[in-house]
Amino acid sequence: MCAIAGYFGGNFSGETGASYLRLMLDHLNHRGPDGNGILVNGDVGLAHARLSIVGLADGSQPMVSTDGNLSISYNGEVFNYVELCQELNRKGHNLKSGSDTQVLLTAFGDKGLDCLPDLNGDFAFAIHDRTRQRLVLARDRVGVRPLFYTHCNGAVFFASEVQALLALPGVSHELDPIALDQTFTLWCPISPRTAYAAIKELPPGHVMVLEAGMQRIHAWWKPEFPDRSDVATDALPENQIEELEALLVDATRLRLRADVPVGAYLSGGLDSSLLSALAAKIHGHELRTYSLRFDSVEHDEGRWQGMMAESIGSHHVSVTSSHDQIRDELPTAMSSIRQPILRTAPVPLQSLARSVRDDGRKVVLTGEGADEIFAGYDLFREAKARRFCGRQPSSARRPRIFQRLYPYLPGIQQQTPEYLARFFGIGAEDLQDPLYSHRPRFRSTASAKLFFSSELRGILGNYDAAEELVSQLPDDFRRWHPLNQAQYLETRYLLPGYILSAQGDRPMMANAVEGRFPFLDHRVVAFASRLHPDRKLKGLREKHILKEVARRHIPGEIIDRPKQPYRAPDAASFAKPRGPDYLRTVLSPEKLKASAFFNPVAVGKLADKAMLGEIASFRDNSAFIGVLSTQILAIGMSDSLSNCENGISPNHVR
Amino acid sequence: MSDDTKAILRAFIVENFLFGDESQPLTADTSLIDNDYVDSTGILELVSYLEETFGIKVADTDIIPANLDSLARIAAFVDRKQAG
Repeated sequence: MCAIAGYFGGNFSGETGASYLRLMLDHLNHRGPDGNGILVNGDVGLAHARLSIVGLADGSQPMVSTDGNLSISYNGEVFNYVELCQELNRKGHNLKSGSDTQVLLTAFGDKGLDCLPDLNGDFAFAIHDRTRQRLVLARDRVGVRPLFYTHCNGAVFFASEVQALLALPGVSHELDPIALDQTFTLWCPISPRTAYAAIKELPPGHVMVLEAGMQRIHAWWKPEFPDRSDVATDALPENQIEELEALLVDATRLRLRADVPVGAYLSGGLDSSLLSALAAKIHGHELRTYSLRFDSVEHDEGRWQGMMAESIGSHHVSVTSSHDQIRDELPTAMSSIRQPILRTAPVPLQSLARSVRDDGRKVVLTGEGADEIFAGYDLFREAKARRFCGRQPSSARRPRIFQRLYPYLPGIQQQTPEYLARFFGIGAEDLQDPLYSHRPRFRSTASAKLFFSSELRGILGNYDAAEELVSQLPDDFRRWHPLNQAQYLETRYLLPGYILSAQGDRPMMANAVEGRFPFLDHRVVAFASRLHPDRKLKGLREKHILKEVARRHIPGEIIDRPKQPYRAPDAASFAKPRGPDYLRTVLSPEKLKASAFFNPVAVGKLADKAMLGEIASFRDNSAFIGVLSTQILAIGMSDSLSNCENGISPNHVR
Repeated sequence: MSDDTKAILRAFIVENFLFGDESQPLTADTSLIDNDYVDSTGILELVSYLEETFGIKVADTDIIPANLDSLARIAAFVDRKQAG
């Protein structure tokens, strides 16, 4: 796992190109501390920073094919490289199976872009074809590995992280107002848009071909579901449980392949517990597991983590996060996340990744993805409950179902059915709306736009992020079952745009730790898409089939425990500051006026409320973290925050 | 009394739920839920404020949009409670 960077085209010398490559590498070395290399060939430049995991001795990059025609810079892993290598050798190649980079390069040489569906892996790569004079950029199916690009000096520049591109001379650091509106509605920008106006992202499952002055981008994979009338009902549940178990075992087995030891994140929930149990069995020797704990009872899952670690006999490492740590480390976290966030959840994940690194490990399995593909999130249950109420909007009894959904939220428990019905939009919403499942979340998130400045509102005019989302939905979306529609929205947008990036790749790679996601193996994803919705969400019981598999491997208490979404203390982390700190600087009226994104008076009152520890509502929590994280990006990064009074150029709204 | 109550309530809502932003629409009949001014925790905050400020007791069954979802409704509710 590594970082890549490069360019194609441009009116500059090879020497200048090499200096650009080195400049970008300077901002990517945290991802690949084990070595780096650059390659300049005419108007193409490739760079690579390496974290050695597979093919320790012969995996140096950029790598050139034996005939000298193709060169590659590649970030990620192709987990089935052993099988692909055997297949290529059967066709007459003579590859050693030591390096997945060589296998990928050879597969591409044979089949071009048609090799992509053969790859089981998480990757972002650039391959230059000298004969055809073209550069191909590609990204894995669901967006585990990042890839960003920008246009500068007549060339297309690309890199694994935004900050490498921001380092290039002439690339604007201005935040994009539309992306801000999208984040304050959907939680993340809609790709290819990023938080920065000058920088785009290659969307997950897409390729970009640069050839003869043209730039073409197209999808090579997308999430798909059967038509509503076509969902499979014939397969026996027992057979499906067997099939899923076999798939998960194989997906985990492939992801344990590495020339260095692989550990596992263990949150104490169903998904990571199941993976850890499978990994411990396949591994055959002691697995190392890593957990995050909190100093607040509300967020801590230590009891379950301990129970699970004992059950599989892992060597367990836990690290405890505190309110103070979240406050102190937010600026550092923002320097790698590089997009506004509405929750502090990504911040403690940096310490978790650091604990893996400190323990001498480079690779961990994680359970992310299961909630999206097996319908684990509360949102899916809530949408089903809302439809149930929406069919009888006058029922006084039905809205009580929401109290069953959210036993851990006192605000919901203490409501009358009349208020519950209003809060969940019963009777007021169109059951045919393609965004039906997500409307309450989008609406409550967007209420934090109350804090937008009049300047920003002026620029945004009537822009509607949800409407843009609707305009992007595939043609067959409306034919899918409502649960599959909701799953598509999660899998296509929030998963890559926030979960796999702000809570995944960035905090991990800031510590040179590679995450691997067995639930996102494309065979598992395809299996889950084909399942009848009732096998995923049975009544209001989430991840039904996965729980059936889990029953064979982990203690029943873990499976039947109340679901606890991963959360960290948000605004509460910023209560009662001990002295002058960055908060007062980035949220000062001067800095708010300078960036011009937010209303200084309203934010001043919000910050006062936060510092008194009096923020309780969802909206105010999201708004506070959203404003603070945006201001950190707009005003300057962690290393400059201490002296941001002294002329760090502010990032204006225009 | 009702006008005074409305003015006091308005100031509370502007300060607490709109963070002093007077530019947000807030007439006597503006719905607090439909405009996302209050959420489920906000309602509880409002109830606690009404009890403390106006010396009334709000029963669980009183917590319904018909009583609390606009300035006019809250003011009328407070008046009824104080009279009763």
